[in-house]
Amino acid sequence: MGLRNVAVVGAGMTKFMRRALETGREMSSEASRMALDSCGLTLDDVGCVVVGTAPDAFDGVHMKGEWLADGAGGWRKPVMRGYVGGGTGVFSPIQGWYHVASGLFDVCLVVCEEKMSTCRPHPQGAFVTIFDHTTERALMPNLLWIFALEMQRYMATYGISERDIARVAVKNKRNGLDHPCTQVGADITVDDVMNSATMAWPVKRLDVSPTSDGAVAMVLASEEVARRITDKPVWVQGVGWSLDTQYWTNRDLAYPTYLEKAARMAYDMAGVTEPRKQINIVEPYDPFDYKELHHLEGLQLAPKGGAPQLVVDGVTERTGDMPCSPSGGLLGVGNPIAAAGLMKVSEIFWQLRGEAGARQVPGTPTRGLAQAWGDLMQVGTVIVLGTEPNKP
Amino acid sequence: MAGRVAIVGLGVTAFRPVTPELSYRELMYDAAVKAYADAGIDPRTDVDSFVTSAEDFHEGTSIFDEYTPDQLGAALRPMHTITADGLNSVAAAHMQIATGAFDVIVVEAHSKASNVLTPEQITAYAMDPVYTRPLRLNPNVIAGLEMGRFLEESRATREQCAMVCVKNRRNALANPLAAYGADSALAEVLDAPPAFAPLSEADIAQHADGAVVLVLASEERARRLKGTPVWIRGVGWCSDTPSLETREWGQAAYARTAREMAYRMAGIRNPRRQVHLAEVDDTFSYKELQHVEALGFCRRGQAGVMVEAGATGLGGELPVNVSGGSLGIGSAHEATGLLKLAELVTQLRGQAGARQVKGARVGVAQSWKGIPHASGAVVVLGGE
Repeated sequence: MGLRNVAVVGAGMTKFMRRALETGREMSSEASRMALDSCGLTLDDVGCVVVGTAPDAFDGVHMKGEWLADGAGGWRKPVMRGYVGGGTGVFSPIQGWYHVASGLFDVCLVVCEEKMSTCRPHPQGAFVTIFDHTTERALMPNLLWIFALEMQRYMATYGISERDIARVAVKNKRNGLDHPCTQVGADITVDDVMNSATMAWPVKRLDVSPTSDGAVAMVLASEEVARRITDKPVWVQGVGWSLDTQYWTNRDLAYPTYLEKAARMAYDMAGVTEPRKQINIVEPYDPFDYKELHHLEGLQLAPKGGAPQLVVDGVTERTGDMPCSPSGGLLGVGNPIAAAGLMKVSEIFWQLRGEAGARQVPGTPTRGLAQAWGDLMQVGTVIVLGTEPNKP
Repeated sequence: MAGRVAIVGLGVTAFRPVTPELSYRELMYDAAVKAYADAGIDPRTDVDSFVTSAEDFHEGTSIFDEYTPDQLGAALRPMHTITADGLNSVAAAHMQIATGAFDVIVVEAHSKASNVLTPEQITAYAMDPVYTRPLRLNPNVIAGLEMGRFLEESRATREQCAMVCVKNRRNALANPLAAYGADSALAEVLDAPPAFAPLSEADIAQHADGAVVLVLASEERARRLKGTPVWIRGVGWCSDTPSLETREWGQAAYARTAREMAYRMAGIRNPRRQVHLAEVDDTFSYKELQHVEALGFCRRGQAGVMVEAGATGLGGELPVNVSGGSLGIGSAHEATGLLKLAELVTQLRGQAGARQVKGARVGVAQSWKGIPHASGAVVVLGGE
């Protein structure tokens, strides 16, 4: 761990939905204000701002980080936008961590925003431009297709059924009903998922999270500031990230090795040696239901091919032994890409402080993990939060 | 405050107006191989983290960081992109090392500007989609307006701006990496056709392709590597508002604020005396003058006088853009700032040949995000 401990001291988020009347700058402003109000700070206390947002193509705004900066609170301040595609929402607080842990800043405001509704008729049109311009783009690929390939490979390798995977969508959408910011919380059954329209087999409509608009903000502070302004700081215990080769067609899609690398980096920093025992709550990235399972395996929280059994056994329910996506996740709350990742980190923050309301998991969890995934099925970003700071 | 951070490896490709035979990946690879050899490291075993710099619309690819790992030897390693100039990426790498959790970090930035066939139309997408883009202006009109305001406030003249063009393009003749070296007469520059008056075509830096890779290391690791480290003394960066309507036009407030942060860290109180050379943004000729003032090298309104007196020339009191700057090397998208830093590293190592600044021990590099934004970064480098 770094020389300085870093704490999360505040968070705020807008409702996730189609927000046609607001610009990304306005949503960023709303979330930033909520996060600062939640810990009694003002912009004058903020030393630097980290902006997280996914492709500029969604908004059609070039240099989108600059455009969002003052809305996010970054007027005449050091503002930085790091970027790892869909992994950005968890990478942004990692960036906030290194801003504060470096000793350069005491308070960092991390703001993640996404506005996908401006991309007409559908953001999938923008996603065509993420593929290699020479070898792939000419095929006019669609993200659903490549995720269908990965889901199929995962199912075929371990003999997993579509019904077992559908249980994740049922759980997360039900959890989402308790989230005040939800767009798509719902009480559905496995049959509902199975009977929903096939989009690219085996991916069906209810296996997929929706496009959305929204913003989430979080305040990170040095130990000295954190202890002064709150009785319940939540500490950043470990961070990890890893980016695999661009040649996704050359990878075994059954297992996310990049995520294992990112998780081990974060566990080393956090002193976690037995993740399944030492991590109480998990917010794995779930843009598709199979991804929650895939990620639990990469995170070393389930054996390879063993994650579906945890769902069957109820281990990942909010009341289970290892609650997964108690927020509702991307499937249950919504998926404004970068904002959704930071929503997952915020959920761990609220859960560890006992402030998650109707979503609060039983007992007194002391350590949680949030994770995101992105690029061409290529990057893993992991943050471990806990109620105790790391020992120097 | 954590330990010191050094630059221990440098790799730069030549910068050229067009590179039809090379992809951006090959440019990056070329610079990376040179940097790794310079530092004496193996990227697969010796590097803890990689930071690249890119904007999606410049690359023509969304989520461009997907295409960065392989040619840098970074697959399956911690790696991320900063959507800003390479100097911001240096600041990101500096912070990572300063946490104490990382020892060696690679920073990359490149330009394949020749792939962008309609740069002004791409830049137009950076205008606010609600307030200003519907006006359908060529975005460079902002530079013309800003230049007018700067000349008005600072009492600098068009002739002094033209002197910046002459100086930088002449400096570039001594830089083998530069694409736009020229020995031009002042009258020639002044006679250039107007672009967005008072801005003329000669006041605008032309684009070039190329890549820069730097290797940064903690003090402990730097001492064990083969070369002579050049130390990062200070970093600073700042974003002013993106709103054209509410920002300061005459002065570069972003550069001033970034400078205050970097100088505070570096312990620089009298820049004119403590800094021996500067590489400042000169995307447009007047920007060099505006930035020289913002960096505290002279009082307001004096930068034009400095260039006229030869104080910012090679051999002058404070050489500015001895590399040739963007006017002489070429404007290089996110690599622009790293080119400036690369020049400082070369100068502080005493390897700049014909353009060597004698006795250079402390240098300042500064970048600007470009039209239509008001943000930028400052890095201070020093020898032992």
